[in-house]
Amino acid sequence: MGSLPDIFSTLVQGLKVTLLVLVLSIICSTIIALVAGLSRVSTNRLVTGVTGFYVEIFRGTSLIVQLFWFSYALPGLFNIHLGSDIWVAVLAISLNYGAYMSEIVRGSIQAVPAGQTEASIALNLSKFQRMRHIIIPQAIRMMLPEYGNYLIQILKATSLVSLIGLTDLLYYGNIYRSTHLSDSPTVYLLLLVMYFVIALPLIAFTKKMESMSKKGVALG
Amino acid sequence: MDEPIVKYTDVHKSFGDIEVLKGIDLDIQPAEKVALIGPSGSGKTTIIRMLMTLEEPTMGVIDVGGRNLWQMEKKGEWVRADDPHLHSIRGDIGMVFQHFNLFPHMTILENCMLAPVLVKNESKKEVKATAVEMLEKVGLGDKIDLYPAQLSGGQKQRVAMARALMMRPKVMLFDEVTSALDPELVGEVLEVIRDLAKEGEMAMILVTHEMDFALDIADRVVFLNDGVIEEEGHPEDILVNPKSERLQDFLSRFTVNR
Repeated sequence: MGSLPDIFSTLVQGLKVTLLVLVLSIICSTIIALVAGLSRVSTNRLVTGVTGFYVEIFRGTSLIVQLFWFSYALPGLFNIHLGSDIWVAVLAISLNYGAYMSEIVRGSIQAVPAGQTEASIALNLSKFQRMRHIIIPQAIRMMLPEYGNYLIQILKATSLVSLIGLTDLLYYGNIYRSTHLSDSPTVYLLLLVMYFVIALPLIAFTKKMESMSKKGVALG
Repeated sequence: MDEPIVKYTDVHKSFGDIEVLKGIDLDIQPAEKVALIGPSGSGKTTIIRMLMTLEEPTMGVIDVGGRNLWQMEKKGEWVRADDPHLHSIRGDIGMVFQHFNLFPHMTILENCMLAPVLVKNESKKEVKATAVEMLEKVGLGDKIDLYPAQLSGGQKQRVAMARALMMRPKVMLFDEVTSALDPELVGEVLEVIRDLAKEGEMAMILVTHEMDFALDIADRVVFLNDGVIEEEGHPEDILVNPKSERLQDFLSRFTVNR
């Protein structure tokens, strides 16, 4: 029978991988979401077509299959190796969540009232200036609360990476359980608590953004 | 007469199958104040939105300062205007909207400073001084650091006017600028427009339902009905002694105080 500190010290070894995958995935998926979201409101049909295809493919298939695909199928089929397993995981999670999050970016940009664009045309702002100074700042205020929700989901998605052999929190939990079967409840309880603690700052961020966006956007 | 600053020649505009404007010919002289009146749906707003490049005419020509707004010459042929062409002419036109369209994420000072700094590359310091002056002129000198949401409708509309004036347009368009205001706030906005009209040098096109106001400040009133100019002329002739039956009928819904 293992003690709580014992279990904890085993699990903690996986913390680094979980946090690393989380942080890298948040950064990459945000960049992907912004690029894809902006592309979808472009006037260029080719650009909207290609990004639309990407978004539907990645939203329409499961993350875990994508993880396996990047990890096992691509190297086997095309001899494409995506570098270390960490990057395979980050890429799959980022492409998947980037697809979802690009929809918030697109929706928020389209939700900025047409009058804002008209006023900035009347002031002779260029297309780029209109986006940069008028549309995007207002769209960001609208997208932040929803964005925070997705960050929490990304954290939970990182637990899948143990399935492609990454040594994250869940991986160490499973390792410990396989040798101490009677401790299963304690192991998984502790895992739940640890994920929740990591999520706390993300939850706080989402709450803060919700109150901010309520204040920030008023009809002009 | 001088060369007109704005010239509409046989301008048509359709939205889908509906033809909103059925051949508009209209000259605006520099510094002239023109009031556009007419029933809703008659195409008044569309006329000025095409000049502001917010709508493209289906047919016809709009000249601004002698330059064709919506077409440009390329290798000896007239082609559809591109962004740089529109940009080069649009600077002469300014517009105030019915629903203000202030930028909610900026203070009113920032609202006024944005375009001169970005578009005209003027120094921030000078623009700020002009903006403060302009906001004082519309009676909001003590509110420059507030956000639009903190202002009343009348105050917002005065900011919108200051913001448009910052670009020093040669022609200013007013799109039913008092229609969205509570009745008690209409006066303060009309007062600012009246002052602008007195200053003189800027041409103004006002789409309005304020007949007294049109009578007071306009050099010419244009009555639009069903997509055509039905009657136009001196404000007294149009508003006090209307000729066409349609105009008489339209005006009977307003009380014009002489």
